[in-house]
Amino acid sequence: MNYIAAHRHILISLLFLLCTLGIWEWGSQPPEATKAMSEYELLMGGVDQEARVPPPSAIIERAFDELSDPFYDAGPNDKGIGIQLAYSLYRVLMGFFLAALIAIPIGFVIGMFPIMHKALNPYIQILKPISPLAWMPLALFIIKDSEASAIFVIFICSIWPMLINTAFGVADVRKDWINVARTHELSNLRTAFTVILPAAAPTILTGMRISIGIAWLVIVAAEMLVGGTGIGYYVWNEWNNLDLTSVIFSILMIGLVGMLLDLMLSSVSRWVQYKE
Amino acid sequence: MNKNYYVKVENLAKRFPGESKGKDLTVFENCNFGIEKGEFVCIIGHSGCGKSTILNILAGLDQATDGYIFMNDKEVSGPSLERGVVFQNYSLLPWLTTLKNVTFGVRARFPQWSKERVIEHSMKFLELVGLKDSAHRKPSELSGGMRQRVSIARAFATQPNLLLLDEPFGALDALTRGMIQEELIKIWEETKQTVFMITHDVDEAILLADRVLLMTNGPYARVAESVTVSIPRPRERSSVIHHPGFYQIRNHLVDFLVSRSKELSGAIQSDSNIQSFTPSIAPKEVDPIAEGMDVQSQEVGTQEQVISA
Ligand SMILES: Nc1ncnc2c1ncn2[C@@H]1O[C@H](COP(=O)(O)OP(=O)(O)O)[C@@H](O)[C@H]1O
Ligand SMILES: [Mg+2]
Repeated sequence: MNYIAAHRHILISLLFLLCTLGIWEWGSQPPEATKAMSEYELLMGGVDQEARVPPPSAIIERAFDELSDPFYDAGPNDKGIGIQLAYSLYRVLMGFFLAALIAIPIGFVIGMFPIMHKALNPYIQILKPISPLAWMPLALFIIKDSEASAIFVIFICSIWPMLINTAFGVADVRKDWINVARTHELSNLRTAFTVILPAAAPTILTGMRISIGIAWLVIVAAEMLVGGTGIGYYVWNEWNNLDLTSVIFSILMIGLVGMLLDLMLSSVSRWVQYKE
Repeated sequence: MNKNYYVKVENLAKRFPGESKGKDLTVFENCNFGIEKGEFVCIIGHSGCGKSTILNILAGLDQATDGYIFMNDKEVSGPSLERGVVFQNYSLLPWLTTLKNVTFGVRARFPQWSKERVIEHSMKFLELVGLKDSAHRKPSELSGGMRQRVSIARAFATQPNLLLLDEPFGALDALTRGMIQEELIKIWEETKQTVFMITHDVDEAILLADRVLLMTNGPYARVAESVTVSIPRPRERSSVIHHPGFYQIRNHLVDFLVSRSKELSGAIQSDSNIQSFTPSIAPKEVDPIAEGMDVQSQEVGTQEQVISA
């Protein structure tokens, strides 16, 4: 009894899913042939069955197909979903970690020295609101490589939340803890690693979570632009093939992978969390 | 100052710049006092008179506007492991366990020690404050009293030459406070460290201190009196109140807090001549037990002193 009470939300979730899928399935059935066509449909030459959104059953079927052999490679326009996702993940992680490598140390400096905050803040404020995709033409021109340009776009969009959160977290470390370090004659470097870093870690991790979320949003768009490989390119390619079943399936996969990325960082963030 | 104290505070003053070209805010000035080696000194004064500021300057965390502090004939300039601090809000690092909080201090103090030695030494001090069993718990899992014990263990474990405590028991309930006070005496008697402690609790001061410094109200506060607590040790909470001199001292201290801290406040500042001609004003030394004073005669005596000053 208690068990059911504690898990009622799962029942509601499932009910919600069933309703949505049911309505979707029912709504995407082709109309019965016996039904008279409306005047408009007559004018347009009948109901175009190709243009219908595929029903969930078709998508589940496609998912089974694709996921049973996710890594097949049959030429540039026909690769398994696993390969496409791996390309995207590689770019996102590459750009993200490069950004972390730069953003966290700079954030530290900005957070520790108010003068650096004042000096760099105007640049951050003006660069931060630029859509990462706006960098794409410039990146392509300078780097001359679509792969590296995609990584650069991820880099530039992940850098800001990490930079700002690190700076904030570092500047916000309780004065008392800094004083503990000072009365123990810790060097600046040791203070940074043994006091400031653990104290600011939860805030830094929050920045990293925001960054990876944005990076995963941006990679799809970036790959649609540069083409070739990746989940973004895959979606666009399937759209060009008018294969809506694959489009919807890959949309769901994008959501799933994004969720896993966030879960990964949230478990790291739980690990560095502390209670005062 | 005629005596050769271990810690010497000379003409200490702290001023904060006033708002928009206004006059500076002088929190305290002309503070003179000394602490002998191995002595336990408490300082009492009303909230806001600058006790924490003095302690932070002693710790090297804050700078004085005027005056000097010497310890062992060396001028204090900046924080040092020679001076350990127990802050009012414990200041434990919440991401570290109890034991790691103590080893944090011990490792900084004795960098050449092996890991085992650091842990052994830290455990010894955790045991002294009765927290051996909580060594692997985080501060958030401890009560306020336990956290303050960890903080005390950390400070004593680094074996500083001067220990500074800023209202360490201010946030604790009476029962816990009493227990930790006794632990503090025990650990102090064992280590014979020099202690400077802020408190707002008169009974606590009498129980712990060899000497109690009394500060007048701010602004322009100063250390006005130095009261010797000549009750023999070891003292215990339950027995110290039965000592014949206990109430003589207690009345003297309470009377200072109730009336003289206000009357003496700003007394020197208001007469600028006196200030410029007497750069060093030592606190009046009082020993209520030896002098057999009662509150009445003491009051008269102090007023005379103000006038003659
Ligand atoms: N940054 C500051 N600017 C102006 N005044 C300050 C500042 N810091 C402390 N003060 C003043 O100094 C006085 C002494 O503070 P403090 O040493 O904390 O007093 P206590 O510990 O005796 O209660 C207070 O009246 C406070 O208002
Ligand atoms: Mg204070």
